[in-house]
Amino acid sequence: MKEEQSKPTIRDPWENLKEFTNARIALGSVGNAIPLNEVLQLKFAHAHSKDAIITELDVVALKKEMQSWGYPIWEVKSQASDRAEYLKRPDLGRILDKTSEALLRKNKYSLDIIFVLADGLSAGAVNQNALPLLQLLLPQLQGYSIGFVTATMARVALGDAIGSALNAKFVVLFIGERPGLSSPESMGIYTTYAPKLGLTDERRNCISNIHSNGLNYQHATSLAGYLIRQSFAKQISGVDIKINLKELLED
Amino acid sequence: MSYSYTIRHHVYSFPDLKSVLAKASPFRTGDALAGLAAESNMERVAAQFVLSEIPLKDFLNEAIIPYEEDEVTRLIMDTHDAVAFQEISGFTVGDLRNWLLSHEVDSQKLAQIAKALTPEMVAAVSKLMRNQDLIAVAQKCEVVTQFRNTIGKKGHLSVRLQPNHPTDDLRGIAASIVDGLLYGSGDAVIGINPVTDSVDIVGDQLKMMDEIRQRFDIPTQICVLCHLTTSLELLKKAPIDLVFQSIGGTEKTNASFGINLSMLQEAYEGALELKRGTLGNNLMYFETGQGSSLSANAHWGVDQQTCEARAYAVARHFNPLLVNSVVGFIGPEYLYDGKQITRAGLEDHFCGKLMGLPMGMDVCYTNHAEADQDDMDNLLTLLGVAGCNFIMGVPGSDDVMLNYQSTSFHDALYVRKVLNKKPAPEFEKWLRNMGILDEMGNRLAVEPSHRLLKNL
Repeated sequence: MKEEQSKPTIRDPWENLKEFTNARIALGSVGNAIPLNEVLQLKFAHAHSKDAIITELDVVALKKEMQSWGYPIWEVKSQASDRAEYLKRPDLGRILDKTSEALLRKNKYSLDIIFVLADGLSAGAVNQNALPLLQLLLPQLQGYSIGFVTATMARVALGDAIGSALNAKFVVLFIGERPGLSSPESMGIYTTYAPKLGLTDERRNCISNIHSNGLNYQHATSLAGYLIRQSFAKQISGVDIKINLKELLED
Repeated sequence: MSYSYTIRHHVYSFPDLKSVLAKASPFRTGDALAGLAAESNMERVAAQFVLSEIPLKDFLNEAIIPYEEDEVTRLIMDTHDAVAFQEISGFTVGDLRNWLLSHEVDSQKLAQIAKALTPEMVAAVSKLMRNQDLIAVAQKCEVVTQFRNTIGKKGHLSVRLQPNHPTDDLRGIAASIVDGLLYGSGDAVIGINPVTDSVDIVGDQLKMMDEIRQRFDIPTQICVLCHLTTSLELLKKAPIDLVFQSIGGTEKTNASFGINLSMLQEAYEGALELKRGTLGNNLMYFETGQGSSLSANAHWGVDQQTCEARAYAVARHFNPLLVNSVVGFIGPEYLYDGKQITRAGLEDHFCGKLMGLPMGMDVCYTNHAEADQDDMDNLLTLLGVAGCNFIMGVPGSDDVMLNYQSTSFHDALYVRKVLNKKPAPEFEKWLRNMGILDEMGNRLAVEPSHRLLKNL
C-alpha cells in the first residue's frame, strides 16, 4: 500500500501527538473517509477480537500440564450448548450441566482452594496466561489443599456452582475477558471465599486486564496471593476486602 | 385488565397491559432472556393486533409498574398534560400511529402533544411502526436546546467529541480533543468518560478542557461523564458546564445507578445557579440504553424498550441539553446483532423525540455482538435521515478506554456531507474562522502552523 504517494490521501500534520495516546488520532483522510490502510487496520483488529471470542479452551493441553503437577483435576461445562447460546443466555453459562454437577458432587477431597480455568469471552487469554501465572502463584500456596477445574461455556458465576459442588473453601477463577480491539486476549481473575449459588459481584474480588500489554504476571500473582491470604484470614471476599497498597507492598 | 385476540380460530390471551407490550415487541434477545418475549412469531403479531386496538386512556388507568412503589411511575402520572391530551384522548394506539404519520401533523403539532404522551403510549405506538415509520415521524420533530450554542435545528447534526484515554492521561485526552476539533467535531459537547471517578481526577479534566475552550474561544460546552455525586462535590470547585448521569426507567434501576429523582433535582438546581450558559440553560446530559433495567434486575416484568422509554420521562423533567441512548454498548444478550441494534436505535430516537427530548445516539457495538462497521454505517445514515440531534465522535471509531466501537470524526463528516447537514450554527462559524471548514462545509487541509497545533 503506497498511501503516501496516492494524491487524494491527506496526512494530518499532528502525528507527533500519537506519542500521548493509543487512540486512533491523526489518521489522515481521503475525501471525508479514513484512508484505506487505517480502515483495514481496524478491520484486522476487529477480526482478531471476533476470532478470540470463538477460540476454544485447550482443555487437553491444560489438563496434561496440571496433571503433571499432581493435583486432582475435573473437566466441566455449563448448560450453554454452543457459542451462540452462550452469548444470548448468560444465565445458562452460570449453571453446571447435569453430568458435570454429578461428577463434582462425587468429590471426596477436602479442598481449600479450587482453581477454575474458564473460557469466558476469550479462551485464548486463558490458554496463554493461566499456566505461566499459576507457576508463579502455586509456590506461594504451600499448606493449602488445591484442586483444578477446566470449565467451558462458562461465565464468572459458574465458579460459585463449581466451588459449592466440590465443597471447596475458596474459588480462584481465571476467565477470558470481553475482547477489546487493543486487548483481544485479556484474562481476569475472580476470587470468592465460601462460594455458593446466587452470590453477586460484591462478594467477589477481581483482578482485571492481565495480558501482554496490561497487568504482568508478577503483579497479577502478588495481587492474587494477597487476596487469597486476606480472604482466608478474614473468612470473607468481595467489597469487605480492601486492597491496601501499602500493606500489599509489605506483604 | 386482560386482553385477547382471535385469529384463524386461535385465541391469544394476554393477562395485562405490560404483557401485551412485551409480546408485541419486535424480537430482541434481552426480552427472551427476561422470559417476556412472544413465544411464536404469530403470538407477536397477535399482540400487535391487540395493542393497535387498545385505547390510549387505558395507559392512564393501568400503571404497568405500581404507582405506590415506583417514583418514575408517579412522575409519569403526576406530570401528564391532561389538557394537551384532549385532542388525542379518543385514540387507540393504532389511531395514534396513523395520526402521527398524517400530513397535517407537523413539528409544531408534535411539540404541542409531547407532554400528553406517556412513555408507555410512545413505546406502544413504536411497536406498531416499521423502521420507515419511526424515521418519518421522528424527522418531523424538532427539539432545539441551547447552552453555549444551538443544537437540534433542522438541517444540523452535532457531535459529542469523546476523547477517552485508558489511564486518564491529560495529554492523551488533549491530543484526541485537538484531533476531533480539527475534524469539525465537538459542538454537542466535549465529553470525557473518566476511568477513575474521583473528585481530583474529574476536576483536573474539567479544568484542562475549560482552558482549551477559553483559549480558543470555542462556542461549545464541556463535561466529564462522572457520577452525579462527583459533579455535586465539584460544583463550586471546578468548571461544571453540564451535569451528566446515566438514568433508567424504574426507581430500582436508578437506585442501581446510585441516584433518585431528588438527587437529580439537587444537581440540576445547583448547576443552574452557576449560570455558565450564554445562550440557554439546558445543562443536563443523560445517557440511557435498552436492557439497563433487566441488567439491574429491576424491570418489573416490563420489556426493555418500554423501560427505556420510561427513562425519557425522567430525562425530560430536567430540560436536558443532550440525551442519548448508548444503543449497542450493552451486549448481545440484550441486542444480539446489527438488525436488533438498528431497530433499537431507531426506536429510542423516535421515542425520545416524540416525548420532546433532544435525542442523540451513540451508534455503537461491542466485539461480542454480531455487528460491524457496515451495520454502524447503516444506522448512522438512517438516524441522520431521521434528524438525530447528535452522534459520538471517537478517534477512528475505536474507544481505547471503554473497549467498544462508536462513530468516528470521519463518520460525522460523511453523514453531514451526504445528508447536507451542518454543525451547530455558532460552532460552524468558529470552524470557518479557524480555517477548519470552508464556506461549502468541506474540511480544509490543516497546516502544521495551525493555531490549535501551535499553542499546545
